[in-house]
Amino acid sequence: MSGASPAEIVRFAAGAIIAHPLRSGLTSLGVVIGVAAVVMMTSIGLGAQKRVTDTISGLGSNLIIVTPLQPRTAGGVMGGAGSGQSLSDADTVAIQRQVQGAAAVAPSVTGMAQVTADGANWNTSIVGVTPEYLEARDLTVASGRMFDDRDARQGRKVAVLGPTVVTQLWGEADPIGKRIRIRGAPFEVVGVLGSKGQSSFGRDQDDLILAPLETVRSRIIGRRIKADSVQTIYVKAVSEEELGTVQEEIDAVLRAEHKIQPGEDDDFQTQNLASILEASRAAIGAFTVLLAAIAAVSLVVGGVGIMNIMLVAVTERTREIGLRMALGARRRDVLTQFALESVALSLVGGLIGLGIGLLGAAGIAAIGNWPFALPVWAIPVALSFSSLVGLVFGAYPAWRAARLDPIEALRRE
Amino acid sequence: MIQIEDLTKTYVMGEETVTALDGVSLSIARGESIAIIGPSGSGKSTLMNILGGLDRPSRGRYRFEGDEVARFSDDQLADFRNRRIGFVFQSFQLLPRLSALQNVELPMVYAGAAPRARRERAAELLERVGLGSRMGHRPNQLSGGQQQRVAIARSLANQPDLLLADEPTGALDSATGVEVLGLFQKLNTEGLTVVLVTHDRGVADAARRRIAFRDGRVTEDVRS
Ligand SMILES: Nc1ncnc2c1ncn2[C@@H]1O[C@H](COP(=O)(O)OP(=O)(O)OP(=O)(O)O)[C@@H](O)[C@H]1O
Ligand SMILES: [Mg+2]
Repeated sequence: MSGASPAEIVRFAAGAIIAHPLRSGLTSLGVVIGVAAVVMMTSIGLGAQKRVTDTISGLGSNLIIVTPLQPRTAGGVMGGAGSGQSLSDADTVAIQRQVQGAAAVAPSVTGMAQVTADGANWNTSIVGVTPEYLEARDLTVASGRMFDDRDARQGRKVAVLGPTVVTQLWGEADPIGKRIRIRGAPFEVVGVLGSKGQSSFGRDQDDLILAPLETVRSRIIGRRIKADSVQTIYVKAVSEEELGTVQEEIDAVLRAEHKIQPGEDDDFQTQNLASILEASRAAIGAFTVLLAAIAAVSLVVGGVGIMNIMLVAVTERTREIGLRMALGARRRDVLTQFALESVALSLVGGLIGLGIGLLGAAGIAAIGNWPFALPVWAIPVALSFSSLVGLVFGAYPAWRAARLDPIEALRRE
Repeated sequence: MIQIEDLTKTYVMGEETVTALDGVSLSIARGESIAIIGPSGSGKSTLMNILGGLDRPSRGRYRFEGDEVARFSDDQLADFRNRRIGFVFQSFQLLPRLSALQNVELPMVYAGAAPRARRERAAELLERVGLGSRMGHRPNQLSGGQQQRVAIARSLANQPDLLLADEPTGALDSATGVEVLGLFQKLNTEGLTVVLVTHDRGVADAARRRIAFRDGRVTEDVRS
């Protein structure tokens, strides 16, 4: 004896759903909303992670940032990062000489200044750097050249401009060889940087001028800092694996250089981008899980909705169930038919919810200028999860249907 | 074909027990045509339901072709209803969403018949009950008599050994009732065992065997 084939049971279940399109749609709505919410939250969370990753790695790959740190004073007040002047050219040299895994060591100082050229003017940051800066920060020169060590030694007043500065001063024209004045001092434009675009925090990364470290220190920043002081030293490690070791070596070299005794606080700070990245990703990840979990509650509410309607359906169709049993349906056939019905309602809801969720996430990404992340794994998860919801919440109504007594059921009006 | 012995069915309703069948014994041979009569509440439907495997007796034996039906599991009982029994109800009991053809196919679906074979047999049966031109109609597009003929076609789907009809003409006007009863007579002459419950004395007299019930007992069992 073969009994009814699974395909036939599927057909019965589908028939019942199609017979009441509006009711079926409304029943699925809870799951639609639940799945859409989960998918949207996950996608937005992934987008945020991606954005943070892009931002941080945009600073340069395998990068360690060394900044001054005011040690805790007697009064317990702590100075912010970059507020001190504890870093100097000697530190740069020490790192260059002693740290094995350093591919590029780039000291820098930064100041804001008014720039004028051919009648136009623009306020921008002037960054005093050495040629290694390009490698450390993953920058490129789009046209012209980067100044070199000879330019620096001769104290020449040359500048490499970020694309935004070029646009602000001349519009489209080629600026190579043109003269600009920074705080009144004349500089020659020797190169233009390749664009890095907007950072995700909305800061224009192309709005800067690079000039030789010494020149900027003496001409632009002037007496506000010591003559050999640097504000930030960017150290690029040879590889990602070396990051940790390089960071430790820098710490050791600088502690020796600054004669910091064991037990004393550092007067500098090294930050490893990979660990910053990891920490922010973990934080956003946890937040995403939280949001998705809250959204998942609506999925459960959707499941309860399905259960409710399926219980009504079993009551309404008691006579049908009795008749099917009278004609030879086994209890298992009835159970499967009703369980499939709720799984199908939930699964279709899940599919629609998935579509809406992805569309919604893409829409938010487009409006918010936010990277759209497609959570690929979310597709099988959303679908199997919604089937599961259908199964769990459909189980009880289906069991009620299968347990009916054929005679009682047939007699019911 | 069928032996029942001391068949009893009691319903417990709170304090009181209702005895619907009170020790009924009888046997039915292949090819018989039996009319069951009796006043309302005398236990006719209860007997039919037990014979059809829809209900279980409280006590007694029910042997069908040597099998003890009272001891069947739920699944065995479902298969028994599916293969051995054709049941025709007073209220037709057709599924309103399905066409006449699909209604007739239903028992064959649960028997696991292939779709094509099933459709052909259903069409053939509908031809036989004179509804060859109404196969695609839904129950609400058919008259009462036509609906009952669809139900009869359905009862024949898996070539049952026994056709049970509980007041099959109860919901029909007399002319249509006569037509439907003619159909049962024809099936019986073709060799099918038919048991039907009726209130119509004329119909009962026309049957070859008549069993009368009162208060859950057989009061008369005559062959003509
Ligand atoms: N589910 C039930 N619960 C309680 N009592 C029942 C149940 N089903 C039937 N009975 C009782 O059993 C007795 C026999 O009922 P049954 O339906 O067999 O009568 P019947 O001869 O078919 O009557 P009718 O001619 O009115 O159809 C009646 O007294 C009825 O009230
Ligand atoms: Mg009755």
